[in-house]
Amino acid sequence: MVGLSHYLTLSAILFGIGIFGVLTRRNAIGILMSIELMFNAVNINFVAFSKFVTPSEFVGQIFAIFVITIAAAEATVGLAIVLLIYRNFKGINVDNVNIMKW
Amino acid sequence: MLANAWIIALLPLLAFVIIVFFTNRNKKVSSAVSIGAICSSFVLSLIVIASVLKNPVAREFEFTWIDLLGFKIKMGLLIDPLTAVMLFVVCTVSMLVHIYSVGYMEGDPRFSRFFSFLSLFSFSMLGLVLANNFLEIFVFWELVGLTSYLLIGFWFEKKVASDAGKKAFITTRTGDLGFIVGILILTTAAGTFNFRELFHSVEAGHIPFGLLTAGAIFIFAGAVGKSAQFPLHVWLPDAMEGPTPVSALIHAATMVAAGVYLVARTMTIYLAAENAALVVAIIGCFTAFLAASIALVQNDIKRVLAYSTISQLGYMIMVLGLGGFTAGTFHLYTHAFFKALLFLGAGSVIHAVHTNDIWEMGGLYRKMKITATTFIIASLSISGIFPLSGFWSKDEILAVASHFHNPIFLIVATLVAGMTAFYMFRLCFVTFFGKPRDQERFDHAHESPKVMTVPLMVLAFLAVVAGWVGIPWLKHGYSSFVYHHEPHHVEPNFILMIVSTVVALSGIYLAYAMYYKKSISPEKLKAKFGFIYKVLYNKWYFDELYQATIINPLMKLSQFLFARLDVGVVDWLVNGVGNFTVFLSDVKEWFDSHIVDGTVNGLASVTRGMGSGLRRIQTGQLQNYAFVIFFGLVLIILFKLS
Repeated sequence: MVGLSHYLTLSAILFGIGIFGVLTRRNAIGILMSIELMFNAVNINFVAFSKFVTPSEFVGQIFAIFVITIAAAEATVGLAIVLLIYRNFKGINVDNVNIMKW
Repeated sequence: MLANAWIIALLPLLAFVIIVFFTNRNKKVSSAVSIGAICSSFVLSLIVIASVLKNPVAREFEFTWIDLLGFKIKMGLLIDPLTAVMLFVVCTVSMLVHIYSVGYMEGDPRFSRFFSFLSLFSFSMLGLVLANNFLEIFVFWELVGLTSYLLIGFWFEKKVASDAGKKAFITTRTGDLGFIVGILILTTAAGTFNFRELFHSVEAGHIPFGLLTAGAIFIFAGAVGKSAQFPLHVWLPDAMEGPTPVSALIHAATMVAAGVYLVARTMTIYLAAENAALVVAIIGCFTAFLAASIALVQNDIKRVLAYSTISQLGYMIMVLGLGGFTAGTFHLYTHAFFKALLFLGAGSVIHAVHTNDIWEMGGLYRKMKITATTFIIASLSISGIFPLSGFWSKDEILAVASHFHNPIFLIVATLVAGMTAFYMFRLCFVTFFGKPRDQERFDHAHESPKVMTVPLMVLAFLAVVAGWVGIPWLKHGYSSFVYHHEPHHVEPNFILMIVSTVVALSGIYLAYAMYYKKSISPEKLKAKFGFIYKVLYNKWYFDELYQATIINPLMKLSQFLFARLDVGVVDWLVNGVGNFTVFLSDVKEWFDSHIVDGTVNGLASVTRGMGSGLRRIQTGQLQNYAFVIFFGLVLIILFKLS
């Protein structure tokens, strides 16, 4: 039987992969994709807790729907930023984006 | 009404202030203001004289000037017959000189300043005459000295003029030192500055005889300086470097007579202190002879007149010393007019020929009839020819001298009268008659403008008639008016009158023979009495004597003190303090640059170093920051869990 801990483990693995991707990818698109992974890890958490802790209410599911909506909006903003980085830095390698120092 | 007599003195002061502050730029207005002020003073003084004539008693008005814990120093007016006479003399001569100066000073760049000084002088002199106490008279005494200095050195571009100013100032100041000592002695003894209170205590015998004598002699020292008596007579001839109207006003008629006035004013003291009076008489007598002898051989027209002034002042001083109050002040009064006239006449001549040397003049009578006539009238008057005013006053002096038990004064006075007649007519004959010696100057000569000749004529009139108020047969003449005790009447002495006239006429005849007819050759006399001539020509070598005995030692002492005291001690101290300060500053400068600046700079460089180290962790790459945040979060969680 698949229990709460299985879901949480999956979620933690997904989140860890996302964090790793965010911190290590040099490609801006890759970073955006890693962020999406982290979102989905959170969503699994919401749904899993909702199913096992309060089965009669759909609070977690509704939250997940909201997160997906916001994530879509975030993706458009993120892609717009990536497009501008591409134009200004002749590529999407984030190593070149270091104007925030001194 | 008499209490307002101070206005007489204040009007010229007002003119001085107006000229200095407002009208200095405008010559015409300045001279008009000055003349207007003195003319008003003249009119007011006539009112005062009329009132005093009606009731010849002394009146006093005073107010407290300074109150020193009960010791009151007062300022005030003393109006008595002597004051009235002096007011008349000063105002008349001053007014005429003011008017004359308009012509004489024409075109001078400092025309307005000249008139402002004249006004200041008139104020000081009138204040001196009106003063009722010693302190006040001393203040005005110094003020006339100051204006005299300013006017002698009026053409200060000429070194001789500025030197003469300094000489006059310093020489008279020497006498004034005695004057102030005398004032201190007398006021300490009597406890008051006021003349009349002082005289009362003198008459009551409250002052010890020794103090009185000392005080009288010290006071006389002031008169010696101001009236150019021996041994302080040397400044007056040099003072002739000033403009001629100044010589006429200050150095002939009024200021130099201030010394005589002072002795006359304090006559009570001299009557009480007989020894002091004798000193006064001897000094006056010697001065009269000394100056007359020098005047015999001088060639500068103004210097002859200057020595003549000294001689006549000596006359007055002598007769005052002999107790002749009336005779002394009477001669002061008549002398003011004819001597002012002589100077103004000389000024007119100098104006025409631009030289002071009588041997470059000659024959000027034909060119300058008014000047020459008035000059000769004045010469006759000073020589004592009947019935001109000089005759009456000189005769009175001789009469007083004849009453003294020792005939020496009478003999010298008569001799001086003859010498006076001689040197005055030597001037007249050489200047106005004979052939012109300098044709070029003669051709340029012309009579002076009306503004100058009218004062000459007025003064000539006064030189003739001023003495008539003192004709000895008059019952209520000058002597009964001015004398401050019971009316004093010198009996007319016919023998003296005849003798003095004969002496004067023979002096004139000698001058006529030597310089007009040339029957006696001056050159031969000069050769015969070469030594005497040289001594007289060099003014008895007084200037050289003072130079050698007083001025040079003083200069040497000053130089010595300068080298030793000023340079050696004072400068050394000052430089020492300076050097020490520089040293202190150096120490402080080192402290500032090394300690204070070091601390501040050190702090700054530490901060800078830390900054440049720490900025390395700011890479600008968001992934690094995110990693640090994540790593930090992990650390916190681990820390919490453990």
